[in-house]
Amino acid sequence: MITTTHYLVLSLVLFSLGVLGMVVRRNFITVLMCVELILNAANINFIAFSRQFGDLTGQVFAVFVITIAAAEAAIGLGIIIALVRLKQTVNLDQVNVMEG
Amino acid sequence: MDWIVAHFAAMVFYAFAGLTVAGALGVLVLRNPVHAALSLLATFLAVAALFVLQHAEFLAAVQVLIYAGGVMVLFLFVIMLVNVKTLPAEPQYLRTLAPVAALVALVLAVLIGLGSWTATRGAAAADALTTVDGQTLGNTEAVGWSLYRAYLLPFEVVSLVLLVAMIGAIVVGRKEKEGRA
Repeated sequence: MITTTHYLVLSLVLFSLGVLGMVVRRNFITVLMCVELILNAANINFIAFSRQFGDLTGQVFAVFVITIAAAEAAIGLGIIIALVRLKQTVNLDQVNVMEG
Repeated sequence: MDWIVAHFAAMVFYAFAGLTVAGALGVLVLRNPVHAALSLLATFLAVAALFVLQHAEFLAAVQVLIYAGGVMVLFLFVIMLVNVKTLPAEPQYLRTLAPVAALVALVLAVLIGLGSWTATRGAAAADALTTVDGQTLGNTEAVGWSLYRAYLLPFEVVSLVLLVAMIGAIVVGRKEKEGRA
């Protein structure tokens, strides 16, 4: 029997891996992928509770989360292109000045 | 055979949950961004399968279309545009932040406990996710009704966010003209 708790634990694992990746990896592209992992974990939670309570609100909000994730990916990847054009790097440790 | 039939849903869940976690681990571990992106694709598809298991068929389709179709193509496009091979290699190190990690683990454990406690209260009827105003519809139709009636304003706002993000991405990503700051 798969309960909501199973989904919550899966979501927790996915979220933790995403946060870990954001902290550990220095490649901007990989960090953006880890953000996607975190948003997917949030979506799993939304869907699990939507199923648990028989409320469609969770699914509607998951749609919103997917929208925001798409917007975030578009902006993030635009920043990467600008960054590579400016500094020829995607390493976040080398991007530490506001100006220049 | 009976055992397989009885535990089929659980087996499917564990298979796709395993694929989800394996894909996420791949994103963390793989050095080549293309491999990491394909690993992320496996995670997206497995999550879509989990959505189907949770009777969110519309969202599963959206997940495949937007994530596996749109976002993933965007990632691969940028990876290939940037040509990561010519960039300097990423230094490999892991800071020792054990106390912080323990604190985060504790907070997450408390949250999962609260979530599980909430989840044990009152299960809903099986067909609740496809019922609108007492009528039984498909999941897509039910989500549509909810989205365009109860959540019309948030829907419009989020579409505005998407428009702003699109314009922002174009502005950030375009080439600067010569002679302009």
